[in-house]
Amino acid sequence: MDHGPVSDWSKDKASKFKTRIGIWMFMLYTIIYLGFILICTLDPALMASDIGGSNLAIIYGFGLIIFALMLAFVYNAICTAAEEELNDPEDFKTGEEE
Amino acid sequence: MYETSLGAIGVFVGFVLFVLWISYHFARQTKGSKGYFAAGGNIHWSINGIAFAGDYLSAASFLGICGMIATVGYDGFLYSIGYLAGWIVALFVIAEPMKRLGRFTFTDALDSKFNSKGIQLTSAISTLVVSIFYLIPQMVGAGTLVEPLLGLPHHVGVILVGTIVIIIVATAGMASTTYVQFMKGGLLIIFSISVVLITLYNGLSTHPKPNRNEPPITLKTLAATVGQDGKPVPADAAYTLIGTQEPSAGLVFAKLSNADKQGWWHLTVDENKNPIFTEAYWVTTLAVPVQDSKGASVSILYNGIPKTDSKPLQSGFIQKLIYRGESVDEIRNLSIAEFLATIKNSTIVRFLNKSFTDGSDKVMVYYQKPTSGKELLTPGVKFKVDQAKGAKLMDKLNFASLMMALFFGTAALPHILIRYYTVPTPAAARKSTIVAIAAIGLFYVLTLFMGLGAMVNGVVDLTDNNMSAPLLAKSFGITLFAIISAIAFATVLGTVSGLIVAASGAVAHDLMDRFFNMKLTDKGKVFSGKVAAIAVGCLAMFFGIIFKGMNVSYLVGWAFSVAASANLPAIVMMLFWKGTTKRGIAASIVVGIISSVGMILLSPEMYERYGMTRSAAPIGLDNPGIVSIPLSFIVLVIISLITKPEKAVAIEAR
Repeated sequence: MDHGPVSDWSKDKASKFKTRIGIWMFMLYTIIYLGFILICTLDPALMASDIGGSNLAIIYGFGLIIFALMLAFVYNAICTAAEEELNDPEDFKTGEEE
Repeated sequence: MYETSLGAIGVFVGFVLFVLWISYHFARQTKGSKGYFAAGGNIHWSINGIAFAGDYLSAASFLGICGMIATVGYDGFLYSIGYLAGWIVALFVIAEPMKRLGRFTFTDALDSKFNSKGIQLTSAISTLVVSIFYLIPQMVGAGTLVEPLLGLPHHVGVILVGTIVIIIVATAGMASTTYVQFMKGGLLIIFSISVVLITLYNGLSTHPKPNRNEPPITLKTLAATVGQDGKPVPADAAYTLIGTQEPSAGLVFAKLSNADKQGWWHLTVDENKNPIFTEAYWVTTLAVPVQDSKGASVSILYNGIPKTDSKPLQSGFIQKLIYRGESVDEIRNLSIAEFLATIKNSTIVRFLNKSFTDGSDKVMVYYQKPTSGKELLTPGVKFKVDQAKGAKLMDKLNFASLMMALFFGTAALPHILIRYYTVPTPAAARKSTIVAIAAIGLFYVLTLFMGLGAMVNGVVDLTDNNMSAPLLAKSFGITLFAIISAIAFATVLGTVSGLIVAASGAVAHDLMDRFFNMKLTDKGKVFSGKVAAIAVGCLAMFFGIIFKGMNVSYLVGWAFSVAASANLPAIVMMLFWKGTTKRGIAASIVVGIISSVGMILLSPEMYERYGMTRSAAPIGLDNPGIVSIPLSFIVLVIISLITKPEKAVAIEAR
């Protein structure tokens, strides 16, 4: 019974490395997200603290969105570099080829 | 009632024709199950990324979050933060392995090591449960949107959306769905940016106009004295007190008469603690209907006028506008930082509501609640988190549980997961997730400005805050309203299409082909998928009609909780724990569904909906994630350890 991947691509030798990096970055973000929830629940008054013209709630909230994007770009750069370094360019498909 | 705009109808019809053309175009190219369920697996990652945004940014995001921010401020933005954070789990943990292990559905990936009937059945059921929970609010939203946009009744709107979506999905499956979602995602972001830029340019005013050519909002305040009988008396002799109502302790409404007009006012105190009456809005549900100007029978009155003859009840404005430390009436052309800082330092009038019985009629009064911008830009207006304001441990757990479900739910939503099979490689899956994060993150930042813009520009419909973002656009001009409304409609089409493809895959691929082993040919599988899509589409229309008028946005929250509890533990453990067994996965999915749905059904929020008191609920939590997600993990580990293959046990024993 065929229920395997719809596309064929060669074995990605960077796969394990990418998984490890992914887990670390996930844990880093989770800690920062957890910090946000903890401040909201344990010391909500802290969220009202002024930071410039804004407050901690706005800065932390926007920060979580912007930090997610930054981490995503860094992760992609690391993964792409690892894929290029560890794989044979002749065999490895990235999805850019048409 | 909203006036129907010809421009809106034109944009809407043009949009629908374009969507149908896309479906026709791809129907000719889509051949076989690979084409139908995975768009051939050759969508470029950049297109897939925007399509992710089109798939994910449902009516709950565009209409629901903006509406919530417009009424409770920052607490609505917490949803934006949680929904976006969930993509981190998708990117770092799920994206590449999902692509590597699956073919058409996430059941494929989950079952890739096991080929287990239990996994096929349970995860297909989970896909259907989550998809149906998600579909209902989208369909109800479609009906709600079409009413003001095209002047059509609710059920016609639902049938219209259902029919268009069935055409999209049944013609070219994931291929047409992808391009509809791509177009919708792109348009939503571009026009949301436009709305925010105009909001910032127009700035802030203490007398906003909900519609360009109409006078600004003005609500009166009357000084009050206490009469000899102890009752409040308006200082202005033109007004006479008819009666008072105190629906809850300390909350007093007064019915005042002025000439031949009667209206409800809120009896409160000013800054100096002197009693005052503030003008309110009210909706009356009559025991005996009256006739409107066209002779139709109407039982709902807005401010004493038949609903069909009245304008919608729109309001919300800045009472004290403080710009750079000075009190001003108006300030234009603000930067993002100035906009937020000005709102933070100002006082905003939002509206709370309370209902009571007046004779044989039911009255809902929407009364002014001046709130400091500082309070509105910190958590706590909607969610009880502050002990100083009476928050208890259970309230805090509820909040943490919601944020947990949003974080872990995204990467477990079946209609999101199937989009990993439309790209050619795991690397493309990763890149498309990053494009999705950028697009969705940008949109969620915009929600704060659209929501706050609606809150202070007098556009919030007090009876239904879901229309806040389109109504903000309407205050800038009818053309932008027409486009934004058509996009809001497209928002429903895009998400519903994705959900129906996911449900169709679960039925045709997971259940018929794999679980029941019906040995379908490739053509047979596509045919089954199309029949399943039509069936699920009809079911969605049915639910959309019977749930009319109910606020069912909480079902999206359910979908996140169920997905996070049923699917995520199974996916994560299958990927990262070698000891995971097929029985462990199946058990964790079953326990995840039952515990999350069961806890929701027994929650205080549901008890209120059943007509009972919150305290009668056996479970104190409204959001089950904080219990059901860990429980599902624990069950998976225990069952996996118990059902560990004998060979593995024997090796360990040595």
